[in-house]
Amino acid sequence: MNALTMPVADGWTIARRNALKIRRSPDLLGSAIMFPIVFVLMFAYVFGSVIEVPGMSYREFLLPGIFVQAVVMGAQITGYTLTLDLQKGIFDRFRSLPMAPSAVLIGQTVADVLMNLASLVVMAVMGLIVGWRVHTSPQEAVLGFGLLLLFAYAFSWFTATVALGLRTPESFNNVATMVSFPLMFVSNAYLDSSKLPTPLRVVAEWNPASTFTQAVRELFGNTSDAMTTSDAWPMRHAVPASLLWIAVMLIVFVPLATRLYKKAVSG
Amino acid sequence: MSDAITAEGLVKTYGEVTALDGLSFTVPRGTVLALLGPNGAGKTTTVRVLTTLLRPDAGRATVAGCDVVADARRLRSFIGVSGQYAAVDEHLTGAENLEMIGRLYHLGAARSRARARELLERFGLTDAADRPVKGYSGGMRRRIDLAGALVADPPVLFLDEPSTGLDPRARAALWDTISELVAGGSTLLLTTQYMEEADRLADQIMVVDHGRAIARGTADELKDRVGGNRIELTVTDAAEMDTAREALAWVAVGAVQAEPESLQLTVPVTDGPEALRQVLGRLAGTGVRVRDAGMRRPTLDDVYLTLTGHQAPGTDEQVQEATR
Repeated sequence: MNALTMPVADGWTIARRNALKIRRSPDLLGSAIMFPIVFVLMFAYVFGSVIEVPGMSYREFLLPGIFVQAVVMGAQITGYTLTLDLQKGIFDRFRSLPMAPSAVLIGQTVADVLMNLASLVVMAVMGLIVGWRVHTSPQEAVLGFGLLLLFAYAFSWFTATVALGLRTPESFNNVATMVSFPLMFVSNAYLDSSKLPTPLRVVAEWNPASTFTQAVRELFGNTSDAMTTSDAWPMRHAVPASLLWIAVMLIVFVPLATRLYKKAVSG
Repeated sequence: MSDAITAEGLVKTYGEVTALDGLSFTVPRGTVLALLGPNGAGKTTTVRVLTTLLRPDAGRATVAGCDVVADARRLRSFIGVSGQYAAVDEHLTGAENLEMIGRLYHLGAARSRARARELLERFGLTDAADRPVKGYSGGMRRRIDLAGALVADPPVLFLDEPSTGLDPRARAALWDTISELVAGGSTLLLTTQYMEEADRLADQIMVVDHGRAIARGTADELKDRVGGNRIELTVTDAAEMDTAREALAWVAVGAVQAEPESLQLTVPVTDGPEALRQVLGRLAGTGVRVRDAGMRRPTLDDVYLTLTGHQAPGTDEQVQEATR
């Protein structure tokens, strides 16, 4: 095996291990699949009965936001399982094997994407049940899901970085909650952000969660001409802005997570 | 190339703590060396350096001819490691764990699967093969971890305190397994706190203390170094201890150890039978009522005590944590 195929083959072996692990951990499955289902139902029926968005049904508006939320939560599995593994001896085992060291994080993030794919499928079905529809071409719909998965992959490198910096599951969970709640709530995921007071509106417009939500809305055709369009650049060019975010996250967090991993395991 | 492992002046410090203080040794191919010492002596650090998990601050080491720093990647395909804490995945079944390890040794999918089944059978885990490791007993975990070290049939094995935390029966079973292994010609470096374990499994024992080797030899050689025999004497009354101690001091080649609670005195001597006769002769007119007198070969505990000047400690987790 050469230097190029080894990380791929080893990464796949680790990804299979992590996928099995996720499948056998009810808590992880729960946070990745049950939470989004509960959120779809809660927002669709509780918020949906009081919130109105101009020119379209709230549920159609909501679902792309819930997709983004599911990705943000699902990508935390990478960070969380890394902190759990750090407390066991399994990384010592990996490091004593003639495998590609990069395979550990590659495998972890790839498994996470597989998990996110499963979670998106569940949610799309839930969405269809509560009345969400795709109004664009199948190609654009595929692009929409593709974008979500790319976001999931890039974001799990971010959670890996945070986890390898913090190193314990408890502190990781605290930070993850502290980051993901404002990230999702000060955005256009559940609300029409143009109605927010100015400082919050500006934050929401430049929030990457809004960018991704907007991009997915455009690709699924869950938009309405009756809604005020924001002047902020990432909102007007949501798809390229999302791709830019993904590129930036990968460029920053892949090397950073790799460095922190080496530091965390060489004790 | 007759040495499977060589270490030259290994140094590793963690802040104030010196874990390895210029440790040097070799392990000839096909032999078993036990590193014997208390927690914090540097045993685990040594294993971590030799298995490429830790870079030494100074010194050089090779395993199977590969340098632990420069040639780490190649080295890893020649070794099998089983750690102090079972390094297997709890959520995976025994079979899945071994198969994963096989793939990461690049044995290929089919060979990894076959090898996993083979090892599970050999370690008596066939029935548990498809259950997650989570539900395994302590002894079963040790066995699956040990099996993990053997997946690629590596020429050099490292077992870090293999029987720590096992009950006596599981320990005996593990020892049998390890004995069979080394009979097959593997080189083994073993760390242990148990004198009995080193005695039972190793060709050579190296006693380490504070990151340094303080003695090396076969179990018998080490026992000889600390005096050929021990005399143990038990008296009837605490008041008789001092008189008995004086009598023993005449023949002693080391310090007399007294255990007031059990009224027992122990002393290293060179010529056991002669010393015993002299001691009993000296005590004959003193009125000391000897309840029991005997002669025994020194245990490795005695070896440890004599060489380090302190008792082989039981547990000292903090030091261990600091050196991990």
